[in-house]
Amino acid sequence: MTEPLSTASSPNVECNPIGYTRPAPTVLELRVRNHPGTMSHITGLFARRAFNLDAIVCAPEGGGETSRMLLLVADEPRLEQVERQLAKLHDVLSVDVRVDLGPAFFTRLFAAKPA
Amino acid sequence: MKTTTGAALLRTLLERQGIHTLAGIPGGAILPFYDALHGSSIRHILARHEQGAGFIAQGMARATGRAAVCVATSGPGATNLLTAIADARLDSVPLVALTGQVPQALIGTDAFQEVDTYGLTLPITKHNFLVRSVAELLETVPLAFQLAESGRPGPVAIDVPKDVLNASITVGALPEPGRVQPPPRCADAPIDELAARLRAAHRPILYLGGGVIGANASALARELSRRLDAPVVSTLMALGAMPDDDERFMGMLGMHGNKGTNLLLQECDLLFAIGARFDDRATGKAAEFCPRATIAHLDIDRAEVGKIKSTALALIGDAADILRRLLDRLGSDEHQRVERRPLAGARGYDTPMSRPAWRARATMLRDAHPLHCPPRAEDPLHPLNLIGFLSEQLPADAIITTDVGQHQMWVAQAYPFRQPRTLLTSGGLGTMGFGVPAAIGAALACPGRRVACVSGDGSILMNLQELATLAELDLPVAILLFNNAHLGLVRQQQELFYGGRYSASRFDRTPDFAAIARGFGLRGVRLDPGGDPLADLADALAQPGPCLIDIPIHDQTNVYPMVPPGAANHQTLTAPELEPALATSSSHD
Repeated sequence: MTEPLSTASSPNVECNPIGYTRPAPTVLELRVRNHPGTMSHITGLFARRAFNLDAIVCAPEGGGETSRMLLLVADEPRLEQVERQLAKLHDVLSVDVRVDLGPAFFTRLFAAKPA
Repeated sequence: MKTTTGAALLRTLLERQGIHTLAGIPGGAILPFYDALHGSSIRHILARHEQGAGFIAQGMARATGRAAVCVATSGPGATNLLTAIADARLDSVPLVALTGQVPQALIGTDAFQEVDTYGLTLPITKHNFLVRSVAELLETVPLAFQLAESGRPGPVAIDVPKDVLNASITVGALPEPGRVQPPPRCADAPIDELAARLRAAHRPILYLGGGVIGANASALARELSRRLDAPVVSTLMALGAMPDDDERFMGMLGMHGNKGTNLLLQECDLLFAIGARFDDRATGKAAEFCPRATIAHLDIDRAEVGKIKSTALALIGDAADILRRLLDRLGSDEHQRVERRPLAGARGYDTPMSRPAWRARATMLRDAHPLHCPPRAEDPLHPLNLIGFLSEQLPADAIITTDVGQHQMWVAQAYPFRQPRTLLTSGGLGTMGFGVPAAIGAALACPGRRVACVSGDGSILMNLQELATLAELDLPVAILLFNNAHLGLVRQQQELFYGGRYSASRFDRTPDFAAIARGFGLRGVRLDPGGDPLADLADALAQPGPCLIDIPIHDQTNVYPMVPPGAANHQTLTAPELEPALATSSSHD
């Protein structure tokens, strides 16, 4: 009797812009304020909400006021929750999905180390 | 241009935020700030424990909806605040917690009274700051208030090292005070869709959470229920949003909610959640909550939508704004405009139903499952009778605070709240010790209002020291101590779910609470079950000034109905079949 229960198929696009599903693992790109404590806020969020976090790369950009972070969020069934909770952090300025990147991006960084 | 110290600048910034009262305890690292308070227009309430200060500030914030401030020194001062901060986080209470920190040169050296306050407050605040220079105060303080009050409110911690408080700064123009930032406006499309779904629903229910009160949207939610002729259920945090005697009000849902309310939710076909977060104490086993319903969810926090239950329709934004726009789309007597589609092949719960028939069903379920309570003349000290009597003695705008346990649930079940912000209770964290300091804060924030704290003999001891603060301030707070010489809700769970193996839930010796109150300088009364206890209670409440009334209640009385932890809400346990022996037993002592 009820409509299909899914956030994924919601026509309510403007109010619910991140209502999609993707196969895990996923790479998230964050733009964050660059100051002491930001990394704690982000990793602490993953720890206390029992989200999976497999890899992090972070670097300052521009004049150092902000940083960009890439997070490898592996096999996370609640990816939408992760994104929404990250977006609520004051120091997180934006959350985007890097569909062009996967786990191999992170492993290549280590492979580049000279023997 | 004016040269000042960090401490004086901090004081000025608080004054400009409109802070006229704050609660705290001084100590080494925060002393420069206390020096700056000397001679300020800000009134400082000296608590007797930092947790008390935190809950006094919470009482002010919960009673008014505006951010309140608590202050502590570094180390133990800061750690003592943590419970009150975490409590504010779970109940979305705007709070600014200000702590002193050791000088920056000593940070990281295990200095005297050094603790990583920033790290400790990080997971329990909406946001937190460690101020690294005196100039940062100009940005941090207004931002802290803005964050605490905007969107979904919450606590913000500001840790200020002593050298920052002592540093000089020359300030030109002071920053504007931090203000509430309105959330992004919800688009029209989902509101249109919600109006259509509400119109088409056969068995709609409005499910109100604390966000309705936070958004000052209580009257709008009530109007919506009238237009739709739809029943309304409430979480613990939303009690007061709907007047208790409204004909469409079904009372509280969930673990200790009305059985009829929980049964009605089983039949619902469209659940419209407003500022509610599908907490496990409200939903029971989430998979079996409202199994036949499509869910529409209005919340200011996008992350709450779809967190627990799949949601068909999300409305993100301010509840008052969205409800106003929704009402604009609905006729003044929407329920009489029958546009309900017949449902192909529908049977049983799926059959079409007119709104009056649905409401009649709700009323029938509510009336068929009342709270079980012996007549007042027979058992005047039954907790539900006491709460009924208390409500008759207090004005409609009286503020009730509770501690946590059986007494809290009896208040939630039986006190007829009629206005928002008249019940102040620790819902999410469930903090024993909340009641007395929160009552002090409410009385400070609402002069002229009557405040009653319903507590238990377990909870009261957890912030007993604030009786000294209460006596000093001489506020119109009455403490009603429901004394069963047990951790009653623990005892109840051990009886029901642990085979009656009572472990650490009984107090072998209980203090003379009336004498303790008198020792603190309050009126202290113990009701005599053998006399006319209700007359004595009325008498004690009629006298001015703070008092503690020790009320002996039966130690075996349980809170019913009760959904066993982890069970579904339709598996409610009710009183008569479980306590046949108690029906005839009413001895008190």
